[in-house]
Amino acid sequence: MNPWYNRWRKIKSSCVSGLCLICALVVIAPLALVLFHLLQKGASSLDWSFFTQLPKPSGDPGGGMANAIVGSATLLGLAGLIGIPIGVLGGIYLSEFGSPRMNWAIRFAADILSGTPSIVWGIVVYALVVLPITGYSAYAAGLALGFMMIPLVIRTTEEMLVLVPNIYREAAFALGIPHWRIVLSIVLKTAGRGIVTGILLAAARVAGETAPLLFTALGNNSWSHRLSEPIAALPLQIFTYSNSPYDDWLRQAWAGALVLILFVLALNIAVRVMTRSRTPHLTR
Amino acid sequence: MAQEAQLNTLKNAPPAPAVAAAVTFDVRQLNVWFGANHVLHNVSLAIPTKAVTAVIGPSGCGKSTFLRSLNRMHELVPTARVEGRITLFGRDLYGRDVDASLVRRRVGMVFQKSNPFPTMSVAENVTVGLRLNGMRNKGLLAERMERSLQMAALWDEVKDRLDANALSLSGGQQQRLCIARALAIEPEVLLMDEPASALDPLATAKIEELILQLKNDYTIVIVTHNMQQAARISSETAFFYLGELIEHGQTNRIFTNPRQKQTEDYVTGRFG
Amino acid sequence: MTMRHFDEELAKFKETLLTMGSYAESSVGQAVQAVTDRDDKLAEKVQQDDDITDRLEIEIDDMAIHLLAKAPLASDLRLITVAMKISQNLERIGDEATTIARRALELNSEPQLKSYIDIPRMVTITLGMLKESLDAFVNKDPEKARAIIPRDKEVDALNRQVYHDLCLFMLEDPANITRCLNLMTVSKCLERVGDHATNIAEEVVYLCEARDIRHEANKALP
Repeated sequence: MNPWYNRWRKIKSSCVSGLCLICALVVIAPLALVLFHLLQKGASSLDWSFFTQLPKPSGDPGGGMANAIVGSATLLGLAGLIGIPIGVLGGIYLSEFGSPRMNWAIRFAADILSGTPSIVWGIVVYALVVLPITGYSAYAAGLALGFMMIPLVIRTTEEMLVLVPNIYREAAFALGIPHWRIVLSIVLKTAGRGIVTGILLAAARVAGETAPLLFTALGNNSWSHRLSEPIAALPLQIFTYSNSPYDDWLRQAWAGALVLILFVLALNIAVRVMTRSRTPHLTR
Repeated sequence: MAQEAQLNTLKNAPPAPAVAAAVTFDVRQLNVWFGANHVLHNVSLAIPTKAVTAVIGPSGCGKSTFLRSLNRMHELVPTARVEGRITLFGRDLYGRDVDASLVRRRVGMVFQKSNPFPTMSVAENVTVGLRLNGMRNKGLLAERMERSLQMAALWDEVKDRLDANALSLSGGQQQRLCIARALAIEPEVLLMDEPASALDPLATAKIEELILQLKNDYTIVIVTHNMQQAARISSETAFFYLGELIEHGQTNRIFTNPRQKQTEDYVTGRFG
Repeated sequence: MTMRHFDEELAKFKETLLTMGSYAESSVGQAVQAVTDRDDKLAEKVQQDDDITDRLEIEIDDMAIHLLAKAPLASDLRLITVAMKISQNLERIGDEATTIARRALELNSEPQLKSYIDIPRMVTITLGMLKESLDAFVNKDPEKARAIIPRDKEVDALNRQVYHDLCLFMLEDPANITRCLNLMTVSKCLERVGDHATNIAEEVVYLCEARDIRHEANKALP
């Protein structure tokens, strides 16, 4: 072959590889920038008091975001209570039962819902729950976040269940095991790890949502003693503090943002660790 | 509890006349459709008891469908439809009051690609059929497990690693594990869909040896692509082509002097 | 779609067998001609040619083993096993021809006996049986093969007649004894050739019908 043509091919190949490398860096760069910036601005404010003290009244130095951190954890728990069972059961239905028509409709609905802006969830729950029933409360916030989790968990659960090879279902049927038992003890167990990672990813998504909390949790400057009371949450607190003129509050807002992103990062790393293939039958 | 009772009635059903004891399956005019696809046409034959019957034929001839209709596994495909009659020891397999799960506990199945459950150990895999059907007695489970592994000629190889993950076994061992798993629920029939086709010759030889031993206690129906294998282990052979049963008879005769030209052509490798 | 390569190998195999068959046929014919024409050169030729049939038998067995290693079934399997048996019979026929040739040399060292009685007739019948059995093999014709089998009785009867006649000659004149004994051997050899041709016919029936009719009292169709 023409040696000049070969050289041209090699040059073209290196150019495209170089382009891909640049694109990859462009993707990573923002993440690196954000982390760096947050660390720079917020790391110094991460002290014991940040994690243990309540917010002080405006202007007074010191205080922390203890209630916001606990509040976020509470809301995540409530959201999980709603999102996980419905999401997982829905995923099981889509994968193991259901008719093609029904499944198409459910998937379609789930896809639309997962694309719904979070503020819309906030407004809907405000209108349906906050106003008539509970007022600003942890219940309402948990409900909103839970609803947001459902379409995410349904889809990932279904995808992980569908990944379980049919040969295992067949083997189980051939042993005369009833269908529900097969789904529970074999299919679910095999896809278990994948489903858990799907749940963790949904939790990571939902933990940082601010907009729905504006309409449902409202925020609280001290501990909430009942779930029917307004509750503090990390994103809300960050929002409030960052809009304020006080330096101390601004400093704490950076710290809060850092905590939030570290939490999301931790969840994602946990997911990566869990999906490392110890068993070769399921890889994602 | 009600399941146990139903299983017992099926097992303790009074045997039909002496002829039926020599015949496990009596298939009459079996027709199977998948949607509009007519896969099996008017298949009729009798499968003898405690013997190995081989089912041969080119790809797509319906032999796997036929095998699966013997334990109602084809019903896993929603568009499957069956006409005709199959009796198991004289009792109608497709009767209105017959539960498919109970049928499958009497008629076990081993598949082409070995499929031990990946999240379970060797021991758990063997007893899964018993446990998930309600057996709790640990002593009985352990006893059945050892007995099944002995019957599958696997006990000596795995007795020191019963708790190891099932996928840590070799391909041939995994297939014998699947056989042990099927035997643990004490079926009367073992259906095998090309059980050795994914294995090397040494592992294949072990499986064939195993089948020759098992035939003393179980009725075995085996689908195989390998004619020499069918000649080695079966006493009767059925040849399927395009969904029809072309010829059925003593293995010796089918492989030395088939009556139908299509059988002759297939067996000598002139088509398929 | 046929299996081209294996079919070609089978065709070559059959051809080798038929070559052996024609050598066996011609050997017997030439050996008897060496007797009747008192031709020593022909007798020696027959003895040398026995090498050829021996070699062909080995070649055929070798080809058969190679073909069997491919695990053929049904008619292919029957063909190969039958061909091995036929080649064995043909080799023995070759040996009988050699024996006749040796007797020819002995007979030719003495003046000719006044007649060869029924021996020419025996030759005609046995060579006919051999030729037809090989034809039946080529054409896969079990009827033709079956028709050969009763003729062996004729050959046996002729053999007994020859013995009887030769005994009379020996009693007439003791000087005839060596020549008569040699002719008895020739007759016996031809009787055995008839037996071998019958065996070949039985194998052809097995090839075509997968029925083993050897050692059956009634060899006709039921």
